[in-house]
Amino acid sequence: MPLALVGREGRRRVLLSVDLAARKLGLRPGIPVAKAQALYPDLVLMDADPEGDRLGLEKLALWFQHRIAPIVAVDAPDGLVLDTTGADHLHGGELPMLKDMVHRMAGAGFRAKAVVADTWGAAHAIARYGRAPIAIVPSGGTDSALADLPLEALRLPSTIIEGLATLGVARIGPLAAMPRAPLTLRFGPDVARRLDQAFGRIGEAIVPVRPVDPVEVSRNFAEPIGAAETIARYIGKLVPLLCQGLDERGQGVRRLDLLLHRIDSRTEAIRVATAMPVRDVKRLTRLLCEKIETIDPGFGIERMVLIASLAEPMDRRQTVSSLIAEEEADVSDLVDTLANRVGTQALYRFAPVESDLPERSFCRVPALAPEETKDWPDHWPRPTRLLARPEPVQAMAELPDQPPLFFIWRGVRRKVKCADGPERVFGEWWKNDAELTIARDYFRVEDTSGERFWLYRAGDGEHGETGSQGWFLHGIFG
Amino acid sequence: MTAELNKKSGLETLRAAISRLEGHSDRRRKMLPFGVREIDSRLPGGGLALGALHEVAGGGNDALHSAAAGQFCAGIAARTRGKVLWIVTRQDVFAPSLKQVGLSARRTIYVEAGSDVDVLACFEEGLRHGGLGAVVAEVARLSMTASRRLQLAAETSGSLGIAIRRWRRQTDAADFGQPTASVTRWRVSVLPSVPLPVPGVGRPRWLLELIRARAGECADFEVEACDAKGRLAPCSPIADRLSLPAALADGSDQEAAGQRRARA
Repeated sequence: MPLALVGREGRRRVLLSVDLAARKLGLRPGIPVAKAQALYPDLVLMDADPEGDRLGLEKLALWFQHRIAPIVAVDAPDGLVLDTTGADHLHGGELPMLKDMVHRMAGAGFRAKAVVADTWGAAHAIARYGRAPIAIVPSGGTDSALADLPLEALRLPSTIIEGLATLGVARIGPLAAMPRAPLTLRFGPDVARRLDQAFGRIGEAIVPVRPVDPVEVSRNFAEPIGAAETIARYIGKLVPLLCQGLDERGQGVRRLDLLLHRIDSRTEAIRVATAMPVRDVKRLTRLLCEKIETIDPGFGIERMVLIASLAEPMDRRQTVSSLIAEEEADVSDLVDTLANRVGTQALYRFAPVESDLPERSFCRVPALAPEETKDWPDHWPRPTRLLARPEPVQAMAELPDQPPLFFIWRGVRRKVKCADGPERVFGEWWKNDAELTIARDYFRVEDTSGERFWLYRAGDGEHGETGSQGWFLHGIFG
Repeated sequence: MTAELNKKSGLETLRAAISRLEGHSDRRRKMLPFGVREIDSRLPGGGLALGALHEVAGGGNDALHSAAAGQFCAGIAARTRGKVLWIVTRQDVFAPSLKQVGLSARRTIYVEAGSDVDVLACFEEGLRHGGLGAVVAEVARLSMTASRRLQLAAETSGSLGIAIRRWRRQTDAADFGQPTASVTRWRVSVLPSVPLPVPGVGRPRWLLELIRARAGECADFEVEACDAKGRLAPCSPIADRLSLPAALADGSDQEAAGQRRARA
């Protein structure tokens, strides 16, 4: 059923937004309700709720602030703007970060587009009018990325866009090439300002949403500071105050943001994340100080704010000392340090998954996830190295279930001296219909030089529907 | 007798002087013995020194795959206490196999670093921490400076550091000849497995080459690969070949087996 939201534009009732099904029918925002209803009687109409949308967007902004980056603002009516500088390292880089965002939004039932660009204006334009759902505009590539986009992408009022359209200007590229003075004379200063903001010639401050009642400490400087040592010294002064505040509430910090307000009214930010709630002065200071080199102090920093944007209850625990067992050392601080260096998802443990297919028999879990009780079965030896994808080999074997006599892998012919197998693995039909008849026969083979490999035949050697009957190399034994 | 005693005490004082120069005079070095007499007797201190950096590489094709080298290191790490940090650039460790040499997946934390530089940085961070049982890192290039830093970090914290040298191309493997500051350097090559009287693959065997040992001598060992607790076993080809048929034989054949053994 196509769906459209209805609102007022002046005295007319028009469609404000339409869903994908309605868009396919040819409906667009701006069409009068009466016309739309006449065309498609089964169109579902609902009243728009701009105030509710705004509140929802603010909630989403706070969620993004918890998860992604310290500086998040609402880009009304349908977007968020994030300053991800100093935060993308926690997600393993910009591309994984964008993918993660879009994926999470999809999980919540939203189709989102995410773009990283040099400026707010450019990111706004490309996210709304670009093709790809995920895009990263390289630094300095803003001009070419924006040139082909329509003028609506520039955040200009519709009267100006219509006026420019009558002049025959429809794209940003030609508009940027026009002389400024006549434009300003006719349309006011907005056109030039939006152009400059999009191309990064003038700054545009992002005023972040504030988390509800965070633990926060700040310090103003009469003289702007800039040297790394000075910043480190004041971090050392702010962190104990923050920890005191956290202590009063019985909380520990999971995401800690340091916002540095520069005298040219730009804000630099550092974010550090911890795997478990932390209130340790030394540890937090160290995590923050490791990131100082990413700060660009510009002409100086006049205000430092330290915010615990995500704090969680941290209960006091009695340390259990045992007479028999030696307490295992706590590595959570090391995990935090490494996670802030290489990203959280690059730090993991493997946990068993109940599956006979080797590539599905494990999954990655966070490094400090609770220990699972299951373990892999121990029936057969497993190779030390598992190839990311099985490599096809040429092999000759007696049917139906003998190991190969020889095989050729990466151009080297190896004669099989002895072998173990077959270990038959069946497809998981409850996951995928196509796997209903699939089978694999795994063999552990040793060649004449003593090297040991894990080979399998796709299929059981008798029935064509069980697989291609081709041979693959899947792992290497020690 | 007295001359011999004098000689001995002279050696002791010299050793003390050297260890004082090396900067760890007050600390007793802890060792992790292999449990194989031939190997432990060749290593100074009677085992693999904790608080030190060790290098392991695979021989032949294993320089690229590091399957045997990886399993050898997993076996060592399995015999330590505490968590193990395993740093890689491209992940192809198959966790169930590490469990089969005694290194539980619950103990092993993997770090997937983007480049060799990141690997070394994480390696050093892990060694400095001191609370880990072992830190294993797969690196291709290990310069003298980098290895010295790692060795110092390991010395101060007492952690066991193992660098698995693993290259993308066979030609790069010549890099293993370059000097580094590691305490021992091993090369693990696969050997044909223990022959069985029935079809099948027996217990894997390795050729362990101790290429370098600080204050020790090089040596080669033929060993049987790690068992379920990460322990190596000395190769004893004759005993195996005879004991297996003896074990398999039943009743009337026992005598014949005994005679065969006696002849051997």
